[in-house]
Amino acid sequence: MLKDEDRIFKNLYNDLGWDIESSIKRGDWSQTKDIISKGKDYIIKEVKNSELRGRGGAGFPTGLKLSFAPKAVGSRPHYLVINADESEPGTCKDRDILRFEPQKLIEGCLITSYAISAHTCYIYIRGEYFREGEKLQKAIDEAYKKNFLGKNACDTGWDLDIYIHYGAGAYICGEETALLESLEGNKGQPRLKPPFPALVGLYGCPTIVNNVETIAVIPTILKRGSKWFASLGKPKNTGTKIFCISGNVNTPCNVEEEMGIPLKELIEKHAGGVIGGWNNLQAVIPGGSSMPLLPKNICETITMDFDSLIKEKSGLGTAGVIVINKDQDIIKCMARIARFYKHESCGQCTPCREGCGWMWRMLERMADGDASYKEIDLLYDVTKQIEGHTICAFGEGSAWPVQGLLRHFKKEIEKRSHEEPLIKKKTNIPYLIDQHLLEKDNA
Amino acid sequence: MPKIIINNKEIEFEDGMTVLQACEMAGAEIPRFCYHERLSIAGNCRMCLVEMEKSPKPIASCAMPAAEGMKIKTNTPFVDKARKGVMEFLLANHPLDCPVCDQGGECDLQDQSLFYGLDNSRYSENKRQVKEKYMGPLIKTQMTRCIHCTRCIRFATEVAGIPELGAIGRGEDMEITTYLERSMESELSANVIDLCPVGALTSKPYAFEARPWELKKTETIDVMDAVGSNIRVDTYGWEVKRILPRINEDINEEWISDKTRYACDGLLKQRIDTPYIRENGQLKKTTWENAKKTLINKIKSFDPNEVAGIVGDLSDLEMIYSFKSFFNSLGSNNLECRQDRIYINPEERINYIFNSSIKGIENSDLILLVGSNPRLEASILNARIRKAYQKNNTKIYSIGDPGDLTYPYEVIGSNTSIIKLIAAGSHEISEKIKKSKKPMIIIGESALYGEAGRYTFETIKKFLFTNNFIRNDWNALNVLTQQASRVGALDLGLYSIAKNDNFSFFDKLENGLFKFIYLLGADDINFKKDDKFIVYQGSHGDKGAEIADIVLPGAAYTEKNGLFVNLEGKIQNAYKASYPPGDAREDWKIIKDLSKLLKKPEDYKDINELQKNIKKNITIKNNINLKNTESVEFIEKEISIKPIDYYFTNSIARSSKTMNECRRVKKKFLFTGIEKAS
Repeated sequence: MLKDEDRIFKNLYNDLGWDIESSIKRGDWSQTKDIISKGKDYIIKEVKNSELRGRGGAGFPTGLKLSFAPKAVGSRPHYLVINADESEPGTCKDRDILRFEPQKLIEGCLITSYAISAHTCYIYIRGEYFREGEKLQKAIDEAYKKNFLGKNACDTGWDLDIYIHYGAGAYICGEETALLESLEGNKGQPRLKPPFPALVGLYGCPTIVNNVETIAVIPTILKRGSKWFASLGKPKNTGTKIFCISGNVNTPCNVEEEMGIPLKELIEKHAGGVIGGWNNLQAVIPGGSSMPLLPKNICETITMDFDSLIKEKSGLGTAGVIVINKDQDIIKCMARIARFYKHESCGQCTPCREGCGWMWRMLERMADGDASYKEIDLLYDVTKQIEGHTICAFGEGSAWPVQGLLRHFKKEIEKRSHEEPLIKKKTNIPYLIDQHLLEKDNA
Repeated sequence: MPKIIINNKEIEFEDGMTVLQACEMAGAEIPRFCYHERLSIAGNCRMCLVEMEKSPKPIASCAMPAAEGMKIKTNTPFVDKARKGVMEFLLANHPLDCPVCDQGGECDLQDQSLFYGLDNSRYSENKRQVKEKYMGPLIKTQMTRCIHCTRCIRFATEVAGIPELGAIGRGEDMEITTYLERSMESELSANVIDLCPVGALTSKPYAFEARPWELKKTETIDVMDAVGSNIRVDTYGWEVKRILPRINEDINEEWISDKTRYACDGLLKQRIDTPYIRENGQLKKTTWENAKKTLINKIKSFDPNEVAGIVGDLSDLEMIYSFKSFFNSLGSNNLECRQDRIYINPEERINYIFNSSIKGIENSDLILLVGSNPRLEASILNARIRKAYQKNNTKIYSIGDPGDLTYPYEVIGSNTSIIKLIAAGSHEISEKIKKSKKPMIIIGESALYGEAGRYTFETIKKFLFTNNFIRNDWNALNVLTQQASRVGALDLGLYSIAKNDNFSFFDKLENGLFKFIYLLGADDINFKKDDKFIVYQGSHGDKGAEIADIVLPGAAYTEKNGLFVNLEGKIQNAYKASYPPGDAREDWKIIKDLSKLLKKPEDYKDINELQKNIKKNITIKNNINLKNTESVEFIEKEISIKPIDYYFTNSIARSSKTMNECRRVKKKFLFTGIEKAS
């Protein structure tokens, strides 16, 4: 279990006050000037050494990402964009950072902006996080008053302005290129890659897009050293992470823990255990709704980090742990998730637009017991046809939960499905088909 | 050149090419729906997926830039499976109503599902139904069939320059619409029908008329404006069913204007199919012999100076040439191709053509429009100017306010005094022109009207000449003619110009010096009939036939082989797609017969000889050696752009039901005040 002194987000439960004075007492903005005076390369190297991986879901090494930004500023300015469009069902970690630890984020923005030579930083905040946005704006205003932002921010000689932009409630705008489109004022639809945003991003300028949590931990890493951060967790999966535990647990909560903590420990210790006891556990979705679920036998031993979850064909994602106990209808749960993805598909590219609705409709029928065996394989085929064929990762996000269900709960579906009847008695036969030929077949 | 390996075959490609283009070069066919060479890349249909080495996922070849050493495979089971999957999704919500779909037979979805699709359907849910959208009198919509390739949206925003087409909703509920369900306000709107790979957008006037395989296809030239767009005419028996664009990079790329496409139903209506003669104030049907005999007897009774001929806007070179030799054998030279007092200077060919060429617009860095509204006068040319604006951010200025041109421009005045200032070098534009590398000045007919036209034209020409912008490699002087026959007629000398009087023909006409007037398809000239004897030869019963004493039925542009010179001075062949109705005949044959009756037979036997003679008469000089750049006295005059009734510019368009409908819809918008009157 993580020691209290190793916690990065000490005010995760707002016990200590979120205003700038309390934040400074907790150590924010303390060595900012010293860190920045050490130079851009030092910052990027430290982040690289810390082996910090992006906290937004994909787990891309952050240091590497920062190094993708062009070294020298050309004719076009660089931008830092913070992705606070936290829409993944089961995830609410960024919300608490925005509410209770805004100064960590703002300080991170300054350091990262300096590292990638950006003078402007946009925070794209989820439209539903209106109150959080207000708080963040207040925090930014306080930081401006203290001269931590603006011209010669924090006495470092670096100019930085931070702007907040509210989304309009589309899940897809959490995808980095769709986010940039939305920020530019267009319809939120992912862009084609390449070119990647690091070279051609916001308004065609080099842009680095990062998750709130990623940026918020950077100041602490630099203050306490990359070695300290790397010493936590497992190799390649270092540091701490905010886990959001929800679903059928006694005390749903957000908790900061070391990477690689066993899932069972996480649920039992922090979330008060599964409702009805551990044996009542049916499955756990380990990383927000887009990750495949894990059945109980895997949950017994699995540790929560990127690589070990990938080994089990799942993923850490945003670390939004959704616990499903045996009181729930697992097929119905997945049908609900499929409906969410059907609703949130942007409609730009074919497989996701047409496939998400198809999956949802089939799952609904499977849950109701209206499906035949044949359709289980068809459903798997459809998920495979979506996965990897789309412009953005939404295709995977919508197909994986269904694949997870089919992988671990196929028997459950089979139990409810029925054999295709040999003679369909009440089917409506389109008039175009030759009626007599059909009758011969039936006979 | 960099190299790429496609299906184990190494080929060279040019920088900036996409994988799809490289595959095409290597001979590997890639199915696609959303990709179109002339539109931006959307990459959303996912049909063009190919396998790339070291990539776990298939890549969209249309969007992936080709790079040195890439290894692409297009024929593996992996690719096949990806294509089948995408095709299944496309067909999942597609209604499969091919038997009642107008796209049937030329449908990309049909063809590609045959080659790359599954053989059965596994989708057993209910299909999506989408409400039809109103897109004006030309475009019929069946949005249930839409596969959301967004080609139409990209065309509207990029080429046509109108923002009123877009997609609303997301996911399954995404719909292509004109938002407010009003008609697409563009002269190029119907091109979205060609672009649509399925039957979602089809042609309203052509709905359920014919299947593509039933039609005879003839590649020919359009005459609705002077651009000379390359078209394909599809006929079913005698009827021209539809007109489609042909690719010509130098002229119309792949687009044609709505008038070109849809005026064709005017070819079926108001046709003159038999000779008429006026008896007691009424036109009566008569025989060819009688009509010709009466005409010749009448013409002989006048002094040659009292005989005049006017050539209409849709005439081909054969007509014009034989008409001229007919008049010359009469001893008359009162011929005119203009129907209004537009100044011309036919001394040099460069004085009346579009010298920079339509393709040259793309290279231009500054365009000055003088009394011209290219959007209505030559819609295809306007699309090129828009392309130049988008590609090079070309600066565009205008003298006279033409209204919305689909690209931003600056009006710098609307008076000939601006031209005086520019020529004197005391206007800021004149400095900008001098500094630019490839400027263009486009002079429209509105600026050439009357005596002030002489000043405008000659001053601009002199200004360009003295600043060395009239060169062999770049000629900035451009005259934007509106009539398909104009440049050809000027080439063949169909004008009457006295020294220092450009409009002597019109003066004579107004003073009643002409007693016998031969209208060769000329409908737009205004004069009093009085006691004049008028012969009208043409295809449509329009204003000309109404005042005529003898009406001779001629052929329309789709019904004869002919030569046309477009505004750039390019000679193009038009081919016969249909035949003239009833007793109507090809025009040059009528005139040949008349010369025979006059006992002064023409010097050609058949059309080949005629065309040889014509080509001999047109001299296209490659070298420019201008000497006399005279100064002309300044005439102060307002340059106001003449309003153009776009859908009603010639007799074919006026007879067309579709054009009438378009005009009505456009007028309705003017009434509602949504659009500024232009």
